[in-house]
Amino acid sequence: MASGKEIRTQISSIKSTQKITSAMEMVAASKMRKAQDRMAATRPYSEKIYGVIQHLAHARPEYKHPYLQDRIEATRVGYIVISSDRGLCGGLNNNLFKALLSDIKDKRNKGIEIDVCTIGQKASNFMSRLPVNLVAQKAQLGDAPRLQDLIGTVKVMLDAYTEGRIDSLYLVYNEFVNTMTQEQKLLRLIPVKPETPDELLKYPWDYIYEPDAKDVLDDLLVRYIESLVYQAVVENFACEQASRMIAMKNASDNAGNIIDDLQLVYNKARQAAITQEISEIVAGAAAV
Amino acid sequence: MAMTIHVDIVSAEQSIYSGTAEVVIASAEQGEIGVYPRHAPLLTRLKAGEVRLLKGGQEEQFYVSGGMLEIQPDVVTVLADTALRAADVDEAAAIQAKEAAEQALKDQTSKMDYAEAAAQLAEAVAQLRSIQRMRKGKKG
Repeated sequence: MASGKEIRTQISSIKSTQKITSAMEMVAASKMRKAQDRMAATRPYSEKIYGVIQHLAHARPEYKHPYLQDRIEATRVGYIVISSDRGLCGGLNNNLFKALLSDIKDKRNKGIEIDVCTIGQKASNFMSRLPVNLVAQKAQLGDAPRLQDLIGTVKVMLDAYTEGRIDSLYLVYNEFVNTMTQEQKLLRLIPVKPETPDELLKYPWDYIYEPDAKDVLDDLLVRYIESLVYQAVVENFACEQASRMIAMKNASDNAGNIIDDLQLVYNKARQAAITQEISEIVAGAAAV
Repeated sequence: MAMTIHVDIVSAEQSIYSGTAEVVIASAEQGEIGVYPRHAPLLTRLKAGEVRLLKGGQEEQFYVSGGMLEIQPDVVTVLADTALRAADVDEAAAIQAKEAAEQALKDQTSKMDYAEAAAQLAEAVAQLRSIQRMRKGKKG
């Protein structure tokens, strides 16, 4: 059995680890709340812009934008992968990468090439080890990501689509369901396929475009895709914090259990030492 | 009471205004545009400038750096840009993102080596510790 002093140092080192994990848990909890607020704040824009796109897809203007058209045969596919910058957030990133890998494998089996663009340090570390074509990356967006920081990364992929280097574009991120649940999402960005509600089909109408449909549509679709990516980044950040909070809570609980166990072992060892000492003294006294 | 129109001003990062107004005045790409209720559906780009809302003789102003304006007979939506947009600025950002990817591919050996080395070191330390513990246990 280990000696008393050894167990004591072990207990104190676990205690200091527990302090760190519980501090991280609290930080993650407060960051998560802020991230949730930010998520709610971005929602109106994407809802509004989606509404406009729905109208457009239905109104059938004389100009059909390439983002709205299906390409018949896909030979190359683009992914925008969103991950966290830092680790210690449970299986969040790994689960996402696993889902992505199985999709990539499917595509590969069909002879489709893959282009990847990453947002977040973990994704870029992971993707640079894979035999895929990493075309753009962005990391260290911080706690309050700005749309401005994403424009360049998104533009790389949009340009690739316009120039015909990729035939469709997917967005891979974690969706925030609630604190306990985050879901891996694989969303097709281009071609855009908005659902048309029935009420729109009843009374067909079209916008007046100023200066013309092409210019307005170009701008609108780029903004729409950027807003989707931005929202995914914000959502993924909330997921990261929620996942970290749970992981750190579990770590703190486990540390507590280990401390309890060690304390028991320590007490037993101490008691055994005392008992032994007493019996030695008694035996000594009896011998005298 | 005068007829009013519902106005939403939103940017990608937050909702800026949501309420009603009698007239909405915005600087569209082809000149200032004044929107009264029951306007025909219209879609246009906005220049950097003010969006003014008139209501009950009072005026509210919002500055937008550009964006889109969508008009429906009873709803006006301003999709404001948060960032200053220009073709060359966007292009520069795109180039930067590409360069970052190339840099990551170049750096991956050094970074990966460091991470792997750190992991191996941690493993070795843990093994050493358990060996020491076993030795001590045997002695005691």
